[in-house]
Amino acid sequence: MALLEVEHLDVRFPLRHGEIRAVRDVSFALERGERLGVVGESGAGKSALAFSLLKLLSRPGYIAGGHVRFEGRELTTLSDRQLRRIRGNRVAMIFQDPLTTLNPVLTIGRQMTESLKAHRRVSERRARAIALHKLRQVQVSSPEQRFEQYPHQLSGGLCQRVVIAIALLLDPDIIIADEPTTALDVTTQAEIIALLTQLCDKHNVGLIVISHDLGVIGQLTQRLLVMYAGRIVEQGPTREIINDAQHPYTQGLINALPQMTLPRQRLAQIPGNMPSLARVPDGCAFHPRCRYRFTPQGRLRQACVEQVPEAVSSGGSQVACHWVRELITTVPIEEETT
Amino acid sequence: MNLADSLQTLGRAADVSAPLVTVRGLHKRFALHPGRLLPWRFDKRRRGWHRQRIHAVNGVDLDIQRGDALCVVGESGCGKSTLARLIMGLLTASEGEVHYDGQRVDRLDAKQWRPFRRRMQMIFQNPDSSLNPRLTVRQTLEEPIRFHHPAWSHSKIHHRADALMADVGIDIGWGERFAHELSGGQRQRIAIARALSVDPEFLVADEPVSALDVSVQAQIMNLLMDTQAERRLTYLFITHDLAVVEHFATRVAVMYRGTICELADADTLFAQPRHPYTRALLAASPRLEDIDAEPLRLSDDAPPPIETPSGCVFRERCPYANARCQRETPTALVLRDGRRVACHAVEEGRIP
Repeated sequence: MALLEVEHLDVRFPLRHGEIRAVRDVSFALERGERLGVVGESGAGKSALAFSLLKLLSRPGYIAGGHVRFEGRELTTLSDRQLRRIRGNRVAMIFQDPLTTLNPVLTIGRQMTESLKAHRRVSERRARAIALHKLRQVQVSSPEQRFEQYPHQLSGGLCQRVVIAIALLLDPDIIIADEPTTALDVTTQAEIIALLTQLCDKHNVGLIVISHDLGVIGQLTQRLLVMYAGRIVEQGPTREIINDAQHPYTQGLINALPQMTLPRQRLAQIPGNMPSLARVPDGCAFHPRCRYRFTPQGRLRQACVEQVPEAVSSGGSQVACHWVRELITTVPIEEETT
Repeated sequence: MNLADSLQTLGRAADVSAPLVTVRGLHKRFALHPGRLLPWRFDKRRRGWHRQRIHAVNGVDLDIQRGDALCVVGESGCGKSTLARLIMGLLTASEGEVHYDGQRVDRLDAKQWRPFRRRMQMIFQNPDSSLNPRLTVRQTLEEPIRFHHPAWSHSKIHHRADALMADVGIDIGWGERFAHELSGGQRQRIAIARALSVDPEFLVADEPVSALDVSVQAQIMNLLMDTQAERRLTYLFITHDLAVVEHFATRVAVMYRGTICELADADTLFAQPRHPYTRALLAASPRLEDIDAEPLRLSDDAPPPIETPSGCVFRERCPYANARCQRETPTALVLRDGRRVACHAVEEGRIP
């Protein structure tokens, strides 16, 4: 049994001018100690997915269907009271901007001991010892001094380390990190990536990283989900996807990176724009931007326009694309020319 | 001897081979606590008015040649945006000179600036805040044209706006829409079109693609490169993203705490970074290939640039720093491959 199992998850936001379906039919599993990445552009539904796992969706968002199981226990039906035992305790979250995560009027030490005491019956002294130990674990220099300081006295990188230390306080099984390095400078980002990798390996913590940055995801994760318009279009080993993306959207995303083109040459761009989640095209959501919606003979593939593609296995990945399915089922590998 | 004189003696008065923009000894200091109340400090013996200042730009020398795409790269707070604003005249320098096409521009008043405004334009990071929410796309584009060409007829301005929209890939039918009705990428296209509306020769772009998604970023970078080729533009491009720099730049200036530590042609710099900070930056930038590369760990976080310390600005974090680096501020050294490095260790040959 996987540590976390998500099945056919469906998240909706009923709004005045119609319902937004932020997450559609998403299924995946996370093993103990595994580092999983979720990549997609803004509006792909990746943050809604992360928040729905712990029922942290802000109103009017709600889970319209599907299951989230943590160690086999269904989370979607739990009450807030029951969920509180899991949030922060067994599953911790790290957000994008450490300065908004931390309370500006409390010292670092106070914030750390406070969350410890909320979940466990520990003495002040014991709480302090645990907190200092965690600060050392995330390589904060002179932890005793930091303990008395306020967030504004620390740099962004140090604050993010403190946030990670707080996430680790109760020895969680899963850490969900929503864009953990986006607000940081490159040199600090590299340190945080190294730190998270090392912590997950050492303590066997499962990590879910949400990011739009394929470079960060590529370094930090072992497995990857690619989201487009609320659905997972491709999932598989990170290395495999970055080296040999199967879904046309993933290919487009990777080829659009400046690193993929010689300097001063035009970048490969995906035509068109990401659809709004309120108006997702029928069939495959990506089809209006996809060049493979036409057969080599120039005919429109009806399936792309009419049918939502189901995931098929291709190599080590699961790909939701009619074109890939056609390639696998009809064209022998040697004749593959596209 | 001031700069104009030195150019004269070299026999290179303002001509096409001379740099378009020349910056010499530029400094910008900001008061940490503006106002009269906060700077009071009550020390043990003395009560005094200590105005703490941030040295955002600390002695920058820079030439931008015509046709260059000069990228300034550095971490947040290194002074790269301040440098761009100083060159554009949006901020007044505390010290130093900025010359544009042979003329000194850093002490001009608003009226004297006007002819230069037509020649140099700026694009900002966030089109949400740089576009006027109460103007339609067409009004946004026509306003600067009307301002700089008061004699033009209404229809001429109208056609010019149409041509601009076509140039940057905006549907002409969108002319009557407001900025909030468009996506982030489309808004950035309008910001670019507005900058191009007065037909400038020099464009300053402050993080123009940082707020955009990967696929939109590719579109905007292509647009910027296409317009550069079509209109023979010169760019000053501010960014923190090294992948963007490597792709876009012909020359690169690496900034750290208000000073330029390395300045070189893009291929030279990326092939072999010399300054320890450039190395750290390059090593830390996430790459798709060689996934297990160990980042060069810098010692702790940078101290805030409140006072200018003696010595090298990078010494606190530099793995190669020695006693001389504590004491003496390194001067820029021009190496054989044309790059400029300000580092004692490189000068002494302590690091390759």
